[in-house]
Amino acid sequence: MQKYILSVIVKNNSGVLARVSSLFGRRGFNIDSLTVSATSDPKVSRMSIIVQGDEKTLEQIIKQVSKLEEAIWVEQLWEEESYCKELLFVKIQASDAADKDSIREIAEVYNAVVVQSSSDSIIVELTEVPSRIDAFLNVISHFHIMDMCRSGVTAMMK
Amino acid sequence: MKMNGSQILVEVLLEQGVDTIFGYPGGAVLNIYDALYINRDRIRHVLTAHEQGASHAADGYARATGKTGVCLATSGPGATNLVTGIATAYMDSIPMVAITGNVGSTLIGKDSFQEVYIAGITMPITKHNFTVRRVDELADTLREAFRIAQTGRPGPVLVDITKDVTAAEYEYTPKQPLDTSVTFDVKPEEMQRVADKINEAKCPAIYFGGGVQTSDAGKELLALMKKAEIPASGTMMAIGTLPVDEPLYLGMVGMHGKVSSGFALDKADLILAIGARFSDRVATDPDRFAPNAKIIHVDIDAAEINKNMQTDDSVVMDAKTFLTNILPYVNENKHTEWLEQIKQWKEKLDYRPKDDDSVLKPHQVMGVIADMIGEDAIIVTDVGQHQMWAAQYSRRNKIRHFLTSGGLGTMGYGYGAAIGAKMAQPNKRVIHITGDGSFHMNLNELCTSVSYNLPIITVVMNNRVLGMVRQWQTMFYNKHYSATDPERKTDYVKLADAFGADGYHCENLDEFKAVFKKAMETTDKPSIIDCAIDKDERVLPMVPAGKSVRDFVID
Repeated sequence: MQKYILSVIVKNNSGVLARVSSLFGRRGFNIDSLTVSATSDPKVSRMSIIVQGDEKTLEQIIKQVSKLEEAIWVEQLWEEESYCKELLFVKIQASDAADKDSIREIAEVYNAVVVQSSSDSIIVELTEVPSRIDAFLNVISHFHIMDMCRSGVTAMMK
Repeated sequence: MKMNGSQILVEVLLEQGVDTIFGYPGGAVLNIYDALYINRDRIRHVLTAHEQGASHAADGYARATGKTGVCLATSGPGATNLVTGIATAYMDSIPMVAITGNVGSTLIGKDSFQEVYIAGITMPITKHNFTVRRVDELADTLREAFRIAQTGRPGPVLVDITKDVTAAEYEYTPKQPLDTSVTFDVKPEEMQRVADKINEAKCPAIYFGGGVQTSDAGKELLALMKKAEIPASGTMMAIGTLPVDEPLYLGMVGMHGKVSSGFALDKADLILAIGARFSDRVATDPDRFAPNAKIIHVDIDAAEINKNMQTDDSVVMDAKTFLTNILPYVNENKHTEWLEQIKQWKEKLDYRPKDDDSVLKPHQVMGVIADMIGEDAIIVTDVGQHQMWAAQYSRRNKIRHFLTSGGLGTMGYGYGAAIGAKMAQPNKRVIHITGDGSFHMNLNELCTSVSYNLPIITVVMNNRVLGMVRQWQTMFYNKHYSATDPERKTDYVKLADAFGADGYHCENLDEFKAVFKKAMETTDKPSIIDCAIDKDERVLPMVPAGKSVRDFVID
């Protein structure tokens, strides 16, 4: 399944998040991540949503979200044509020096930062486009991931 | 002028042209009911037996008039009892404003007595909903609710008002209701593009639905059909849009529609879909639906395009605007061979039920009703076999004269809706066609039509079983009649008597004619006619769920 990024400008009313997520639930659309953030206008918020599906599902999602009374603007964003970043923290099990070196090496390639190193684990921070984060997680997948947190995407058209 | 929230509510309803609301009182709406008492000469409140009845009545009122129906309930169970009626209206795109009281602002979120989060509950079954916690927002929120309910594709809107808002005072300033008509930008090149496809088609067919009824575009549809000689298949939601004796109208299409009507879509090389949504009761197998056809989809709701069926072309517009504007671009045409082919399907494939006057055959009962009530009577149904018989044989020729729960398929819809329709159209006869299963769900509303002297005639197609489910069990579940034979002993004559209505029982067609005539002569109270139907009567033809019309069952 493809991943798509949507940027939705909504009225900043109470219940608007429930309305959007209820719509996704009801129609069986898959949300990968959803972030709500402030804009320069306190009356509106921006939702950045990563959805999974095919082109047909995407078309339906955009149309159904557009129908919500509180949705002001819905647009699809592409990583390469927008500013679009996500923050990742991942805690990787690494009890010996060899593992730690190898994790540091990979982190360097992806411009990730080691924010903590303890006797049995390393915590890495990475701010990147979602596809690069996916790729990074793929590369380290043979390690034991003890904990992980992705912020969800923040995106804006260039 | 300064007034309290409840009086503001009444004033805004009057502003919006509301003359009747349906509801049930309770703690959280006491202030509102006080305002309704004071204003009882200006606005009529109809008290139902149950809030579900009130929501269906508001729906029936809306369907019978095209105006927005209004229902009112108290917090908690009052509000949740509206839910089925709201969902019914949502699925059939019926304009409705549902007003609920809630507990006072300070009690919200504390699991207070009779508190529910009705805005959350109704989120997926309303076009939009509001919670009003400040009296200064009340009037404009209500106006906005009416605007949303009526604009574009209609639907229900719920407004939840905390009790303190209904008591708080605020300045009321009257406003004119907004013009909610939407004008669509008609592009000549778009009309030409669609018309070219229509003009080139060898075997074109129109598939039309409730959208044509909503926009009252029957005349415009017929003009297009006649000019280009295109046959049309209608959904159940479109019943009444075209006259049943119109030769180019092929009748109802779908699971229990006419086989010839389904075949016309199946074999067409072009389908012009107008105000219909390719529901699973029509496109029973979307992968095998109309395999040879290019599909042009016209709908007021952009989200319907490519939702259930991938289309080749589309126009987002209301049916009337589209049909009016496409006509000059469409060539006069003849499709003699194609129509001849359809005529042969009609003769060879269409189901013809056999008459038998010694018992009660559903199609004959419906035939007698259609003969005796004339064109102006409104038929309201519940859901199940009787609903399909009514759809097939009640011969409605006008819009807003066949009221039925299509999308949600709500058993128990009929009686409340009939009350709403009768309140809306006091000079028209309202006939409620039901089954013994559906009727048992909401027959408590009989007390309402007795209280208000509404001469609604209920015809119970009584086969003593839950017929539609039983029919599926007969055909697809090895006759395992699980929970469909309740062995009820309800005596409908006594039941009617107990409520203060007239009750009749009949077993053959002559008896039915006689009692129906009597019921038609009654003008001050409701009647119930219990019709003994054989429990093995089936609704035919039938396209099994998930199959194509080519797999139709006729015996």
